[in-house]
Amino acid sequence: MAESILEIKDLKIQFQNGKHIVQPIREVSFQIKAGQTVGIVGESGSGKSVTSLAVMGLLPDRISSIPSGEILFDGKELTKLKEKEWRKIRGNEISMIFQEPMTSLNPVFTIGQQLSEPLKRHRQLSNKEQKAAIIKVLKQVGIPRPEQIIHEYPHQLSGGMRQRVMISMALLCEPKLMIADEPTTALDVTIQAQILSLLKKITSKKDRSLMLITHDLGVVAEMCDWVVVMYAGVIVESAEVNELFDRPLHPYTRGLIQSLPSNNERKSKLYAIQGQVPKPEQVKQGCIFANRCPLAMEKCFQESPPAFQEDGHLSKCWLQSSDEGVVR
Amino acid sequence: MLDFIVKRFFQGILVVFLVLTAVFFLMRLSGDPTTLFLPQDASREQIEAFQHQMGLDRPLYVQYGEFMGNAVQGDFGESLRTQQDALQSVLDRLPATFQLAAAALILALVIAIPLGVLSAYYRNSIFDRVAVGLTVIGQAIPTFWMGLLLIFLFAAQLKILPSGGAGTPIHMILPMLTLAFYSTARFTRFTRSAMLDVLQQDFIRTAKASGTPTFPLIMKYALKNSLIPIITLVALDLGELLGGAVITEIVFSWPGVGRLIEQALMTRDFPVVLAGVFIIALIYTVINFLADVIYAYVNPQIRVK
Amino acid sequence: MASSIPNEPLIPEDDSLAFSQKTKAAEFFTSLLHSWTGLLGVAIIFILLFLSIFGHWIAPYDPVKTELTAKLLPPLTDGHLLGTDHLGRDLLSRIILGARISVIIGLSTVLIAGLIGTVIGIISGFFRGWIDIVLMRLVDVQLSFPFILLVLIINAVLGAGLKNIIISLAIGGWVIFARVIRSEVLALREKDFIQAAVATGVSRFEILIKHIVPNLFTPMIILASLQISSFIIAEASVSFLGFGVQPPTPAWGNMLSEGKDFIFSAWWLITFPGLAIIITALGINLFGDWLRDTLDPKIKGK
Repeated sequence: MAESILEIKDLKIQFQNGKHIVQPIREVSFQIKAGQTVGIVGESGSGKSVTSLAVMGLLPDRISSIPSGEILFDGKELTKLKEKEWRKIRGNEISMIFQEPMTSLNPVFTIGQQLSEPLKRHRQLSNKEQKAAIIKVLKQVGIPRPEQIIHEYPHQLSGGMRQRVMISMALLCEPKLMIADEPTTALDVTIQAQILSLLKKITSKKDRSLMLITHDLGVVAEMCDWVVVMYAGVIVESAEVNELFDRPLHPYTRGLIQSLPSNNERKSKLYAIQGQVPKPEQVKQGCIFANRCPLAMEKCFQESPPAFQEDGHLSKCWLQSSDEGVVR
Repeated sequence: MLDFIVKRFFQGILVVFLVLTAVFFLMRLSGDPTTLFLPQDASREQIEAFQHQMGLDRPLYVQYGEFMGNAVQGDFGESLRTQQDALQSVLDRLPATFQLAAAALILALVIAIPLGVLSAYYRNSIFDRVAVGLTVIGQAIPTFWMGLLLIFLFAAQLKILPSGGAGTPIHMILPMLTLAFYSTARFTRFTRSAMLDVLQQDFIRTAKASGTPTFPLIMKYALKNSLIPIITLVALDLGELLGGAVITEIVFSWPGVGRLIEQALMTRDFPVVLAGVFIIALIYTVINFLADVIYAYVNPQIRVK
Repeated sequence: MASSIPNEPLIPEDDSLAFSQKTKAAEFFTSLLHSWTGLLGVAIIFILLFLSIFGHWIAPYDPVKTELTAKLLPPLTDGHLLGTDHLGRDLLSRIILGARISVIIGLSTVLIAGLIGTVIGIISGFFRGWIDIVLMRLVDVQLSFPFILLVLIINAVLGAGLKNIIISLAIGGWVIFARVIRSEVLALREKDFIQAAVATGVSRFEILIKHIVPNLFTPMIILASLQISSFIIAEASVSFLGFGVQPPTPAWGNMLSEGKDFIFSAWWLITFPGLAIIITALGINLFGDWLRDTLDPKIKGK
């Protein structure tokens, strides 16, 4: 298989506010191979957005730190980069599509002015070439009359159009990796489908890799090649997409899949996982999911399970301990 | 955008009209204006002659109508002291006030905006704390005392600047500094809080994610967004600046409208006071109208409709 | 407000640990202890109140007794800690007694202006319609005029004196209260709990008294504390200009007015009363800022 474009190894992230320290990312390792779309799934509070911001170098400075772990992008270690080096990567080699198209565009600049920003930073182009590049990419994302749109302001566009603009901004410099953080959550259902199919079309081309952050397993099933399931700052399961849906190993993943409303049968009662994601500092020992797990055993409250792996399918659950192929 | 400006224009006219009405009734509510307008030792005949001459023996609504009719034509009567046209004597003083206020405003903005921007960007740094501390203290210092302090330092002690009067640019230095001081403190505060608001918006993160370096990020992206609230707040604060100008003019014997009004108040020269009040309300309304126009221009959500 | 991280709170709020055990009052007090600016403000306010109540017993000299043989003494001479003025009156004693004038003016003005402004703001915001339009035009008109000049003119029309300066300041100052309270009422009207009360058929009057008015206390107190210092400074300015409180009553403003004639020879006459005003205004502002940050960070002075 192709080599990995992004490899995260044993990443830990902590936030500090005075004496108050929390660790939203306790231990995260996964990789994205060139051309792959990897979904990061989890409830809010699972640490998926923090992970993505770490990859962009956009963690809030001063209060956040990375005590250990590596982020290897195209073979380059990112966690130790200086701000100046980060700027060469952001918007150029890695780009990001944010959740809120309504607020993520600056209201006082035209679409054209904002789209020219990454080009100005990363490419030496004449004004004419810039304009041509922008119009080309706007056409790619399906924006009608791009020649006019570049002179308009964000408030003149609908939500779906703005998200298309955000996607075109991410595409402009032909990045090796795009990160989309809940790209459809803020949009209407019909628009969601349009944006997803657009993203799918974009990622189907050559070496485009996408890290898709979502809480929606339906989106994952449609879009992704590989899935990483996060819970309370830890990866609990990670597998190829069909494998994950056919044979979910972790009780949390099973819960997520069960709670999907299915199309062809009307369940009398929707399944829901009881309880809430614990706050990072609340789990002192044992499995982080134990307090909500329907299958929890005594061992689960005492000892944290290691990562069991079988043919690349990873699961952090004691239920796997009877199987073979225990790693570590 | 034109709709917006036309609407604001008529609102402004309405406000000036209401100010005149308010002033008229203020003068009448305080009792028989004869005692206000005439010197206190006026004889009985003088008073009656004056009342008849001014039409004070007629019904109130007639007087109001006449007052408004004259005011619209710019006729506020004659100064009781100099017998000159009241409005004209105010207008004669206007350039001096305008000079002082404009110089102070520019000085305050030139200092306050960079200070506020840096303070917001380096939030909670030593620099920020010092800047915030200065604005807090600055807002506690009365304008007239600042004037006295500067006179004491530069005129009484160092003897390098005149303590009052006008004529040369040197005369303007102390009044300008005095008037700019308070506004600088307030504008710095406005700028800082507007910048802090903008810096945590999503679109700033988008710009960062495009690889925009810090300096263009602040100067181009954040500042333009911050200008919208800053313009609004500064325009609203111009009343304070005009008020400060009145005090400053008096402290430094600066021959402006404020000093004229103060002298007129001292000598109970009410036609001049009325004309002065009218002019100041008019200026303030015009400035606010202009601020609205600038605001509409900076904010595309109003400009492009 | 947009945080830098879309989905998840940066620092999860910790409702389990810190304050939950303590009462609200204790929490309030603790937060004061943690803010040195707030503490400084409270300390200054206490000193000011103390001086204004017990000033007569503390002042070393009779503040209005003139002694022409001891005029214009510099500080620290002949038992006059801060020196004497042009009539030989003890400056320290006059400053101490001046505190009372400032406190009386600050408190009574804020009370009157606050009451008028709040009532008008509530009427305007709650009943809306034509009465709102009329009242708010009135506010606009008054705001198109510098506060200090308005106070000066009203005071000149009414005549000098303590009572008249309070009336002038109140007439000049109610608009801020009216405007802020009105917008608070408008915001409250849209709140879910008010909507819920309306939906359950509670009468308008009951909603006003039971639900809206109690929620106005916080903004009112914050605004009042922030306005007091501007009233005190305005009084000093007006008295400085020869209107307002008249000599020989010792008020900081008219002391400066008298002292300015001696600016070339007696620096202490303008320095110390000025510092008294600044420290007072600073103390009240620091307290007001702290109060605002603690009770409701959304409200911004004016």
